Amino acid sequence: MKEFLCGSVFFGMFISVFAYEIGLLIKKKWKLAILNPLLISILLVMIFLILTGTDYEDYSTGAKYLSYLLTPSTVCLAIPLYRELAQLKKNWKAIGIGVLAGVLTSLGSVLLLASLFGFTHQQYVTLLPKSITTAIGMGVSEELGGIVNVTVAAIIITGILGNMIADMVYSLFRIQEPVAKGLALGASAHAVGTVKAMQMGEVEGAISSLAIAVAGIITVAGASIFANFL
Amino acid sequence: MKYMKQFCIIMGISFFGELLKFILPFPIPASIYGLILMFGALLSGVIPLKEVESAADFLVAIMPMMFIPAGVGLMAEWDSLSGIWLQLLLIIVISTVAVMAVTGRITQWLIRHDRKKGGMEK
Repeated sequence: MKEFLCGSVFFGMFISVFAYEIGLLIKKKWKLAILNPLLISILLVMIFLILTGTDYEDYSTGAKYLSYLLTPSTVCLAIPLYRELAQLKKNWKAIGIGVLAGVLTSLGSVLLLASLFGFTHQQYVTLLPKSITTAIGMGVSEELGGIVNVTVAAIIITGILGNMIADMVYSLFRIQEPVAKGLALGASAHAVGTVKAMQMGEVEGAISSLAIAVAGIITVAGASIFANFL
Repeated sequence: MKYMKQFCIIMGISFFGELLKFILPFPIPASIYGLILMFGALLSGVIPLKEVESAADFLVAIMPMMFIPAGVGLMAEWDSLSGIWLQLLLIIVISTVAVMAVTGRITQWLIRHDRKKGGMEK
């Protein structure tokens, strides 16, 4: 049985999609912000793997094909962006300044907190790209001499957290403009934040996907400057 | 047959994104090059919106589940996280709230400021 599961392509895919379905059902039933379908499905798969003594590598044999779809899907984020071209044209100045402010806040807050906690230079640069999309973040971390695996972990935790807390942060800070909501989700929580923005509306989703690309590119330059500060 | 052509275009652009990543020296992933290429193709009219729309909407709709394997992957990174997990979590929580609030507030203020100014000119 174990040998079969190790080689199975659809085992990992099936339990991932099945766990997400359960996550959606739980969310529908209780409607609490903390019951995030993505978080629930990740925890369910982890519990399942631990209880059955399955290695992550065996799960990953099939589940990795789900991740391969991320590249074409990110390419497709251009479609909602194109449909919302009018919003982009009308608000390009606000969007540009907003993303820049977001990137500076991200880098600045990591600098402040890392020096507060007495982090080493290596630990600090590992966290600098935490708010941007995984593929760019890995490159930045590697370039600056960070621990790439920890960077990837931090990026994923940041994304899931941003996805979970967006509704709360927006009502707390009275952020109501669809463009501002989408931009803030993309700049703080990359593609996992965009997933949440898509659920809020087409404008939010479109602007959020734009923010991923712009914040990612600004961070490449900004992180290499901020790396000198600690 | 509609979907075949649409998926073909999307896979084609993803491939060109990979090619750009291979040629250019920047730490920018294939997916971002692809996004820019696709946006440019739509803007210039090389690819009409209806030629990719259905397949693209489907892929975007099922995107959340593509993050599950990476999330479960945190399990395998536990050894490198165990020493600093509390500080790491604190930094992530504080910084993410700060980025979200600052980006949202500034953008909202600028949009409303522009709108008010535009309204007065009329």
